Amino acid sequence: MIEVQHLYKSFGTVEVLRDINAKFAKGKVSQIIGKSGSGKSVLAKCIIGLYKPTKGKVLYDGKSFHDMEKDEQRQLRQEIGMLFQSNALFDSLTVLENVLFPLRMFATMSEKEMLERAHFCLKRVKIENSDKKFPAEISGGMQKRVGIARAIAMNPKYLFVDEPNSGLDPQTSIVIDDLIREITDEYNTTTVVITHDMNSVMGIADEIFFINDKQLMWQGTRDQLLKSDNEALNAFIFAGSLMREVRKTIT
Amino acid sequence: MDLLFHIGRYFMLMGEVFSKPERLSIYWKRTVEEMDLLGVKSLGIVSLLSLFMGAVITIQTKTNIDSPLIPQYVVGFTARQSTILEFSPTIISLILAGKVGSTIAAEIGSMRVREQIDALDIMGVNSAGYLILPKIIATALINPFLIVISMFLSIFGGWLAGTLTGIISSSSYIQGVQYDFDSYIVVYALIKTVVFAIVIATVSSYQGYYTSGGTREVGISSTKAVVYSDVVILIMNYLLTQMLLL
Ligand SMILES: Nc1ncnc2c1ncn2[C@@H]1O[C@H](COP(=O)(O)OP(=O)(O)O)[C@@H](O)[C@H]1O
Ligand SMILES: [Mg+2]
Repeated sequence: MIEVQHLYKSFGTVEVLRDINAKFAKGKVSQIIGKSGSGKSVLAKCIIGLYKPTKGKVLYDGKSFHDMEKDEQRQLRQEIGMLFQSNALFDSLTVLENVLFPLRMFATMSEKEMLERAHFCLKRVKIENSDKKFPAEISGGMQKRVGIARAIAMNPKYLFVDEPNSGLDPQTSIVIDDLIREITDEYNTTTVVITHDMNSVMGIADEIFFINDKQLMWQGTRDQLLKSDNEALNAFIFAGSLMREVRKTIT
Repeated sequence: MDLLFHIGRYFMLMGEVFSKPERLSIYWKRTVEEMDLLGVKSLGIVSLLSLFMGAVITIQTKTNIDSPLIPQYVVGFTARQSTILEFSPTIISLILAGKVGSTIAAEIGSMRVREQIDALDIMGVNSAGYLILPKIIATALINPFLIVISMFLSIFGGWLAGTLTGIISSSSYIQGVQYDFDSYIVVYALIKTVVFAIVIATVSSYQGYYTSGGTREVGISSTKAVVYSDVVILIMNYLLTQMLLL
């Protein structure tokens, strides 16, 4: 479980996040939603420690990340898998080498076992026969999947995903969403997904966190989401025509 | 104020760079790759420049001291001294700052803006160490070889130009090159070379590592890497010369 307590974040004098409190449960897909520029990525980066919060704590199974020694933080991070918005695959490495990378860096197994593990992860995301290709030579959807394979290589306890569907067609988006759901169930990870895609929310979210006007404005399940009378939330979730149809059927 | 901020952050980054590596074998493999990329691939430009500079030094020396009172071998002697003392270690390092420095800053900078450094950090990798340390070791190891090659080629270029144009005989040039040779100047040159190599690798890595924004900023970092490496090399050149030769 990951717990965010009274987290504030400003850049210089510009406040981006104010007093965020949230719990992300183990084995569940928690989705952070909100408009573009509302601070979702900043929140994620504070949680994983790429940014230091201006105030507040982030607890990983009770231990405060930002109070740990650097070595301890690195240790913990080996248990975190992250899929970046831009994939962040290493473009000088092949698909296979990208997945091998964290194993080569940290795993205590033989070369043969590492190769087996990497192939297992690639197979898990349904990528085969692309070992020797470079990231630039495969499609955006495949890059996402390789990113997922790399993120799960070390058997993470925590999985972070930033905008998994941006730049993907609807069909490929569903494939990626399903993978995130399945991996969460299989590995019992604490999964945090950032998105502004309502299809993804309706597809896989267990718990939804709505960031608006620097604050965590609303939190709840999918059912609660559709029935909520929070104005800003409704304006956000029913912005798309498909969701407006959904609304007609529930009211 | 700004300068102090950068100097402080530079040394903090170096602290990270020189902290314990995760897997030595991986760092060593990366160092060998960097030696190829940053060193071996610079051999062409270094050779070309050295040959021509040696040729020009020789012709200029000859035309400037064309007096019957000055012995012929002075041309070879001057070519050797200026090559070893200054031209090869300093000028070639400045050229390498342009080539290698911009490559380093562009590579690390584009990794930064494309979240690849974040990806390393999130995996628990010491990104500064992993990316920068192999570059420092590679340039510090390979640049002395480049500079020694440059010395030979420059002196050879001088011989070639001198004998081809007929302004000096082969034997008096060679006599000059061998005249009153003190091997300490080579030591001095190589100390400078190693220091300059470390300057190039660290200053350029610093610029790349703290790039923020997009591709435009990567370009800016790359330019800054070259300019600041050059400035620091010139300052270090002065300080080292004072320390080692006075
Ligand atoms: N490193 C940074 N420095 C200054 N401002 C930033 C930085 N990162 C993000 N911001 C600002 O924080 C706000 C939230 O950004 P972000 O979290 O990326 O939004 P999103 O919800 O779309 O992911 C934006 O206004 C952005 O300009
Ligand atoms: Mg974002």
